[in-house]
Amino acid sequence: MANLSVKIGNIELKNPVMTASGTFGYGEEYADFIDLSKLGGFVVKGTTIHHREGNPYPRMVETPSGMLNAVGLQNHGIDYFIDSIYPRIKDIDSQIVVNVSGSDVSDYVAVCEKLQPLDRINAVEINISCPNVKHGGMAFGTTCAGAESVVKAVRNSYSKTVIVKLSPNVTDIAEIAKAVEAAGADAVSLVNTFLGMAINVETRKPYLSTITGGLSGACIRPIAVRMVWQVSKAVSIPVIGLGGIMNGRDAIEFLLAGATAIQVGTANFIDPTVTIKIIEYIEDYMIRHRVDNIYELIGGMKI
Amino acid sequence: MKKYVKDFKVSDNVHLNEQYSLLKLKPVDGEMPDMHPGQFVQVYIDNSKNTYLRRPISINFLDKINNELWLLIRKAGDGTRHLIQTPCGSMLNMIIPLGKGFSLKNGNILLIGGGVGVAPLLFLGKELKEKGCNVSFLLGARSKNDLLEIDEFKKYGQIYLSTEDGSVGEKGFVTQNSILQSSFDMIQCCGPLPMMKAVASIARKKNINCEVSLENSMACGVGACLCCVEDTVSSGNVCVCKDGPVFNINDLKWQI
Repeated sequence: MANLSVKIGNIELKNPVMTASGTFGYGEEYADFIDLSKLGGFVVKGTTIHHREGNPYPRMVETPSGMLNAVGLQNHGIDYFIDSIYPRIKDIDSQIVVNVSGSDVSDYVAVCEKLQPLDRINAVEINISCPNVKHGGMAFGTTCAGAESVVKAVRNSYSKTVIVKLSPNVTDIAEIAKAVEAAGADAVSLVNTFLGMAINVETRKPYLSTITGGLSGACIRPIAVRMVWQVSKAVSIPVIGLGGIMNGRDAIEFLLAGATAIQVGTANFIDPTVTIKIIEYIEDYMIRHRVDNIYELIGGMKI
Repeated sequence: MKKYVKDFKVSDNVHLNEQYSLLKLKPVDGEMPDMHPGQFVQVYIDNSKNTYLRRPISINFLDKINNELWLLIRKAGDGTRHLIQTPCGSMLNMIIPLGKGFSLKNGNILLIGGGVGVAPLLFLGKELKEKGCNVSFLLGARSKNDLLEIDEFKKYGQIYLSTEDGSVGEKGFVTQNSILQSSFDMIQCCGPLPMMKAVASIARKKNINCEVSLENSMACGVGACLCCVEDTVSSGNVCVCKDGPVFNINDLKWQI
């Protein structure tokens, strides 16, 4: 049996397949469709210090091979997560990662400090790349200094694994990755959504209440693969690759580009069972290619 | 209610007219999931390069005798255009059943449908009739040709019709139909947003309990992505796909 397990910081994933924040709820929304314990890990919805109502409707529109969203981090806040959601999901035998967002540095720190004592949460994903909020979010992730300030503060207050989710809406994503590595990140995940917009030409109105939103889906995949490749060459911490992964082939592509693990996002909407199919594809691929250990594939592109 | 990702075989595709098709579907494994009137399915559309996400379609009818699920499809865009052309014998993959449906109350119930919004009312009317309710249908459309499945509706209740051009039934909108002078214990409604708001306004004035079915644009269908939200009195933004699509008008923040 091929070995699919990978290590991200101090956590071990039984396989490299995770789900992306904001596309998989708290896992339980998909419990009717798949055995959640088969996943390498899942990243729960972006969580903030206080309850957030998110942006007004409409929040999504379908685009060619993808979609734009402008949810705006709707969530009930960290205390609700700890009191009401964590007890329901904590016994799922998979790595549960909490995506953390904030308007200023102290928000990120406060959320991480509250997560620190939870036995079954051994990693946070610091979201410095949400394009759909007015304050914080992507503003931290588009400059090296901004990214560094958040990661340093979190590093000083949280002792478990820190993953930093990077924005692709920058000139040089490798520079940002190097900055967060130097600030103490254990891993980076990329890419979050690309800033985009769409207009209804009949009504002349934007499709989204916020005018602009985040583009995800198969249409962004080649850009995401390129960025994962660039970042994996620039840093020595693990890279988690995501962006338009629709099937097992796409997942392998990200591993070959240098990703140690991958996240599946928008594809969950189209096939709620896709993550399990991806895991099976990787197992089958490793047999076909006589690969015993998944690490032989990571960064394994032949030039 | 447990949700499934399931393959269905198209056993019949009835072209009602140029705009509408009635798809009759059988589960490939023979096992029809439990479902409730007002719930919907997410249909995967193959071979349409302009369709990336699934299409939410409301459950029109559950034919328990023939083990068939009915979907009433209106050609709205590229995805639904592909759907209405689905040949018999082909396969459709669906996530089923989704959302919370209509309440099944007792008494004198008026079901109001406009256009393709009549779809969920057939299944609802049948269940209400079996429960012993006195069911009336008020169905509206632009013209006679846009009124769908009238013979089916007749099996489960009294029919009242409105058409904008007066080609059948009373001329005008459903909200102008004289049946609304009568008294009902409950109104349940599905149709275009302006129609549902007008119905909600009448129900509120007459102090009649009223439910409407929303169709906010959605992605996941299971309450994960939080795209299809509606602002509610009780809980703020909630997912139409999971906490709806049916809402009591008292929980909506509509200006009516």
